[in-house]
Amino acid sequence: MNRRQTLSLLGTAALIAATQTAFTLPAFAQSQPIRIGEVNSYTGLPAFTIPYRQGWQLAVEEVNAAGGLLGGRTLEVVSRDDAGKPDDAVRVAQELLSNEKVELLAGTYFSHVGLAVADFAARNKVPFVAAEPLTDAITWTKGNRYTFRLRPSTYMQASMLVDEAAKLPAKRWATVAPNYEYGQSAVAWFKQLLKEKRPDVEFVAEQWPAQGKLEAGPTVQALAAAKPDAIFNVTFGADLAKFVREGEGRGLFRNRTVVSLLTGEPEYLEPMKDESPEGWIVTGYPYEQIETPEHKAFRDAYQKRFNDFPRQGSVVGYATFKAIAAAIEKAGSTDPEKVVDALSGLQLTSPFGPITFRASDHQATMGAYVGKTTVKNGRGTMTEWRYADGANYLPSDEAVKKMRPE
Amino acid sequence: MSFYLVQFLSGLAAAATLFLVSSGLTIVFGVTRIVNFAHGSFYMLGAYLGWSLIERWGTTPLGFWGGVALASLAVGALGALMEVGLLRRLYRSPELFQLLATFGVVLVIQDAASYAWGSEDLLGRRAPGLKGSVDILDQPFPLYDLVLIALGPVVLGLLWLLFNRTRWGTLVRAATQDREMAAALGVDPAKLFTGVLFLGSALAGLGGALQVPREAVNLHMDMSIVVEAFVVVVVGGMGSLTGAFVASLLIGQLQAFGILVFPQITLVLVFLFMAVVLVIRPYGLLGRKEEAPPTAASPGPPLVLATGLVRWVPALLLLLLALVPLVAGDYALIVLTEVVILALMAASLHLLIGLGGLVSFGHAAYFGLGAYGSALLVKHLAAPMPLALAAAPVLAGVGALIAGWFCVRRSGLYFAMLTLAFAQIAWSVAFQWYGFTGGDNGILGVWPPDWAAGKAAYYLLTLALAGGTLFLLRRAAFAPFGYTLRAGRDSALRAEAVGIDVRRHQWYAFALAGSAAGLAGGLYAFSKGSVFPTLMAVPMSVDALVMVLMGGIQTLSGPVVGAALFHLLETEVMSLTEWWRLVLGLVIIVLVLAFPKGVAGFVRDLWMRRKEA
Repeated sequence: MNRRQTLSLLGTAALIAATQTAFTLPAFAQSQPIRIGEVNSYTGLPAFTIPYRQGWQLAVEEVNAAGGLLGGRTLEVVSRDDAGKPDDAVRVAQELLSNEKVELLAGTYFSHVGLAVADFAARNKVPFVAAEPLTDAITWTKGNRYTFRLRPSTYMQASMLVDEAAKLPAKRWATVAPNYEYGQSAVAWFKQLLKEKRPDVEFVAEQWPAQGKLEAGPTVQALAAAKPDAIFNVTFGADLAKFVREGEGRGLFRNRTVVSLLTGEPEYLEPMKDESPEGWIVTGYPYEQIETPEHKAFRDAYQKRFNDFPRQGSVVGYATFKAIAAAIEKAGSTDPEKVVDALSGLQLTSPFGPITFRASDHQATMGAYVGKTTVKNGRGTMTEWRYADGANYLPSDEAVKKMRPE
Repeated sequence: MSFYLVQFLSGLAAAATLFLVSSGLTIVFGVTRIVNFAHGSFYMLGAYLGWSLIERWGTTPLGFWGGVALASLAVGALGALMEVGLLRRLYRSPELFQLLATFGVVLVIQDAASYAWGSEDLLGRRAPGLKGSVDILDQPFPLYDLVLIALGPVVLGLLWLLFNRTRWGTLVRAATQDREMAAALGVDPAKLFTGVLFLGSALAGLGGALQVPREAVNLHMDMSIVVEAFVVVVVGGMGSLTGAFVASLLIGQLQAFGILVFPQITLVLVFLFMAVVLVIRPYGLLGRKEEAPPTAASPGPPLVLATGLVRWVPALLLLLLALVPLVAGDYALIVLTEVVILALMAASLHLLIGLGGLVSFGHAAYFGLGAYGSALLVKHLAAPMPLALAAAPVLAGVGALIAGWFCVRRSGLYFAMLTLAFAQIAWSVAFQWYGFTGGDNGILGVWPPDWAAGKAAYYLLTLALAGGTLFLLRRAAFAPFGYTLRAGRDSALRAEAVGIDVRRHQWYAFALAGSAAGLAGGLYAFSKGSVFPTLMAVPMSVDALVMVLMGGIQTLSGPVVGAALFHLLETEVMSLTEWWRLVLGLVIIVLVLAFPKGVAGFVRDLWMRRKEA
């Protein structure tokens, strides 16, 4: 047999193996462990999702170490990558449901992926706890009975920042945001809410770089040309680092206040090290400074388990799975309808303090830390921060009822 | 006034990086005709290697610039290695097959970089001595950007010297113009190609390493640059260095000033520009006709109608597939439904590539148009599924008729990039028109009605519709229409001489392929329950291309086999390991080396050989 034939045989064998796995009849459902299906963009956005995974791993280990749920049943998570694509996520969700027999779905990072899985969950009547997607639509205009969301939404984070922005003397504002729904709704909410508090402000320039493709020099220059008093920034990740570097180099931030969404999260602040911006008003997570007992316990456990400090994603992953465990315990069963009912109005203690999944729109009241960025010992961190409780930044139950389709 | 000057300079600095990367691409393409998808990956590797070296030695100017040079050379060596180890073995395959190989390399490098450097963005050191800014007419401007601006023309000049004043350069130019003749005169093309791959990759690596002081090195750098680099190459005219230089300058300025006038245009600006240039100038700004290489299926052996028992294989397969719901579970049916849909998508693309010799980089546009056609009818008019499904091929067909009218007037890579431009325009419309298409948050709730809601029912429906269309596509291949198309592919000149309007037939083929892809898209929308702009995006087009090539372009069954192979592999590996891109990339590379004619082509050759023996 020559090399070519061997290879072809190997190829055929691989194909057969692949088909066979796809055809494997669903294994007999094990009644013992409670299985949770988890989908996230592990290859699409590893910088955020890997700390997130460590967070939920810690939560699951804690739940099982404490004797499991429903009188001794352990929690078991089947985790999958969605490659950052909504159609792949829907297929994976189906696989988890039919083959892995999971009782509940959780995860997702990108808004469109979260929305696709939410719609799938409603169609298949399975509870879905969206961990990270920020879009307002997932709990409001496209909300459904089966979908819950943990993280503070775009609206909540924007309105937290508006509180601070309204106190500034600045009247002329410029905005820069990535050119997709997240950036657009963040800017729209910021404008609307700030104008309500400060009718005297005006927005003099806006920039909409394509996500991940910010042309930093020209964008910075265009913003500076409008001579704003303050800037509202929504870019994050690699775009943010470029924006900060170029902005410093071209003096954009001289004598200007910058108000910036998510920039205080360690995911985005840490990579900038000593070049982290100084004095920006941000939402974020100053993990090393929060000394509440619930946060200290979480941080110590996390550091002990992973020998690394927690990021925002870690908190999200941890709290998501703690919430799932609490909901199953409260429901007293894994029946999807009962779990959904238990999740509505569920109260639990997160590393950020007590939170509630509102019954009206299924949004958790977990908040964020609002403060100023600074550089200490060569790394970026937050100062003068306060915890903004999400409950104070959500519209009333009546207001959201009008927005939800049900 | 000073503002416009500084904005102009900023545009120049952006253009410099773009030029470095695209000059490498244009050199590689000009000489070897390889559509090198891995070029962006080399750029990313250059940035990562540069980051590591600069972190270590970058405190002094010598250390910094030495690090940049070393990173560039290392990436060049890797490019040469890819040529020797992989591409060289494929020069006898259909030209496009190398594209598949480089796609495998892209996947491998993505995971390798993530493994080696971790997932967090890496912000590197700034260039020592160039950290500050200078005031230009009272506007601060970074010093480093001034260096970049100077570097562009310097590199262009050096390359010009290399190609016009050295023996090696002369040989490369000779090979660019006529590969066979150069080889006949005793120039060893293999050595030349290795050198060219080294040079091209080193330029990409240089472009990447030079970005370290400007931006955080991250794992998305490869995809964000490679498409733009192709745009520059095509706008400038393939193989033309000066063209690439001019195109980079124009695109840099367009972006710098475009965002002042219309900030939201960032998504689509370069593609609009490319579409306009290609519609006006068939060979880009400075390309010449004789240098426009036919990036197309080389005219392989003619298709033969199966005879005897083999004739019944497709029908038998269809029957077997129809029986699957008796034994398979829900998930297996979902995956099979997707395989059938993607097989239709791949077969429709194969109609263009295999029969028409027209390589489309934007076939996802019609898949997406079909999906959106169905979803929009459901969302805005609450149309029932049969009507929405019927609309899918119609909308996609109309879209393909419009885009095709422009596209078939170009050939080779110019055709491919024009299809890409149209796809990107369609994508950006779906992405930004929130009121109508739902923007990037897509359209939800596109589920089949009760009678087709079961997985088995929907699978059978898909099988019937897709199977029927596949049968029609096959009929088209053996109808006079198919023969005409193939005649146009193999010799456009002779076809024209016997009175065939080649362009018109290509246009029809484009529309037919588009509407078949549209039907696939409609079926896909109802199988997923939602549609998103990602269905029209570049990765989807690339996936379709990979499926066709994997199966082999010289047989009609190729795309079907390729779609099944690729999709099953991807879904299985994805659920088994997080390193699925690495595994998938390696499998593709192995497949390419083992079956240089595609899997189906390999089986057919085997069959033919046995029959002859």
